[in-house]
Amino acid sequence: MALVRTDGALTRSQAAAPPDNSKRKPYRGGTAALPTAILLLGAVYCLLPVVWVLVASTKNDAQLFNTFTFAPNGSLWSNIRGLSAYAGGVFWHWMLNTAVYAIGGALASTAVSAVTGYALAKYRFRGRSALFNMLLAGVLVPPVVLAVPQYLLFAKVGLTDSYWSVLLPSVLSPYGIYLAWIYAMAAVPDEVIESARIDGCPEGRLFARIAVPMMVPGLVTIFLFQFVAVWNNFLLPYIMLSDENKFPLTVGLYTLLNRGSSAPSLYALVVTGSMLSIIPLIIMFLTLQRYWRTDIASGAVKQ
Amino acid sequence: MRHTRKATAPLLAPYAFVAPAVVLFALMLLIPIGYTIYLSFEKTQVSGLGLGAGARKQVFAGLSNYASGLSDPTFAASLLRVLVYSLILVPVMLGLALLFALLLDARRVRFQRFGRLSIFLPYAVPTVVASLLWGFLYLPTVSPFPVILHWFGLSMPDLFASRTALFSVANIGVWGGTGFNMIVMYTALRAVPAELYEAARIDGASQVQIALRIKIPMIAPALVLTGVFSIIATLQVFSEPQTLAPLTNTISPNWMPLMKVYDLAFNDNNAYGAAALSVMIAAAMFVLSYGLLRASNKRVFQGR
Repeated sequence: MALVRTDGALTRSQAAAPPDNSKRKPYRGGTAALPTAILLLGAVYCLLPVVWVLVASTKNDAQLFNTFTFAPNGSLWSNIRGLSAYAGGVFWHWMLNTAVYAIGGALASTAVSAVTGYALAKYRFRGRSALFNMLLAGVLVPPVVLAVPQYLLFAKVGLTDSYWSVLLPSVLSPYGIYLAWIYAMAAVPDEVIESARIDGCPEGRLFARIAVPMMVPGLVTIFLFQFVAVWNNFLLPYIMLSDENKFPLTVGLYTLLNRGSSAPSLYALVVTGSMLSIIPLIIMFLTLQRYWRTDIASGAVKQ
Repeated sequence: MRHTRKATAPLLAPYAFVAPAVVLFALMLLIPIGYTIYLSFEKTQVSGLGLGAGARKQVFAGLSNYASGLSDPTFAASLLRVLVYSLILVPVMLGLALLFALLLDARRVRFQRFGRLSIFLPYAVPTVVASLLWGFLYLPTVSPFPVILHWFGLSMPDLFASRTALFSVANIGVWGGTGFNMIVMYTALRAVPAELYEAARIDGASQVQIALRIKIPMIAPALVLTGVFSIIATLQVFSEPQTLAPLTNTISPNWMPLMKVYDLAFNDNNAYGAAALSVMIAAAMFVLSYGLLRASNKRVFQGR
């Protein structure tokens, strides 16, 4: 595990060491009751709010306050209709915006990370290690501290309250570049590059046609990490946007709750909106499980 | 000489490849950082009644923004609060993450797949939504806890009181962060060669002894890194308290340092003061994270 070496001295053998002990532990003997119970307790703690919101979204405002929390009622459909009717259907706008921000931002970020990580891993050029250190040091700059100056600068060029103001700052990801660098080192053999060059393949095509396909599993992981990061982002769009129709879900639900605090009749809508907003991510999370590879996050790539 | 040509790496291609990242780095990081530093030394000077064009001018302020930031009791209070918050959150979160990672790696523990998925699931829930969900669970009128506690003859404490609110917010951080750190530690545990503790097991060492004596030392680098990144992340807490603020008066608009920055910049329209606070926070973060990574590199990554 060598996550951030600011001197960039992670060697290829470290990066590529396959720590595959996945088949080393067959079950033997009985069940350890207490450890199993502790693990299940942890699972219950983590599932509790998710289960709660699934049940609570079936309650209307009166039921939310008056019936036992974990007893489902039948108001889910009317809640969804109420939410869809709220402010002319702005909720679905938020959902769509979030998808645009998350997919667009993650795609652009993955592309930039891939090409940068590949160049850092596979070329020797002047300024390479300085560039590497500079980009990775970007991890240490708190993004939240950048949000205010970014807002002021975007305001100067008239880009605040636009889709660009949320998309552009999420493209550069030091972490994504770092992962792409590790992946390019481990997955793209030098000999392949060498022989493609001898065959006269131009560098651009060499990257796009030969290196990228080899890096695909790692790129999916980078995409997922970035997707979740943008999907979760709150401060940046909260600062940049004032037009309700451009809000992502996080900012939209926050403003809804803010209004709800003076009118608790909006609580059922907030609850239903929260429920609907986590469904896509949970589905993605469960279906794309095998790509949530923190082994590359921890600096080692299985092949 | 064609047939003896050796393929040489081209000179310009790598620069073309890194160009987008360099441009974005300059536009989204360097310029904003420079601009923040510049703003932090400026202020607005109002002449006359402050009416009409030219009555408000931006002038050099020296260190006055820094001085007023440092002497602002609400900023000092928010700094102290975030330190306590980090002190509560990080050990609990990483302790739980390590415990669950060891349980996932242990023999004879059942439901490991279910446990792993369930505990990692909160990672997929946006912080704002997590805060909304817990916020409702903290509200006695909506929460299931009062009823459940009542079965045992207990009553629910006020989770938004000035003494408890910090713990309530920290709980959201623990909930959201344990799973990811658990997976990182678990991955590190799986990379430990089994032979290392096969011998200890034959000698009769218990699972707990193996965990304490062999497994935990072996994954020390993972523990240090998750620790460093968790500390950095918790000091930047914003979304959780900001989301809970509408539900309670305990959480003021300048409750945490970054809320204070936001409040100053957008509610008080004092971008200069906010810039000075940002510079101080960023500098402290940079020194802290650089120092922690440096120290951990020496201790944990020695020999590499």
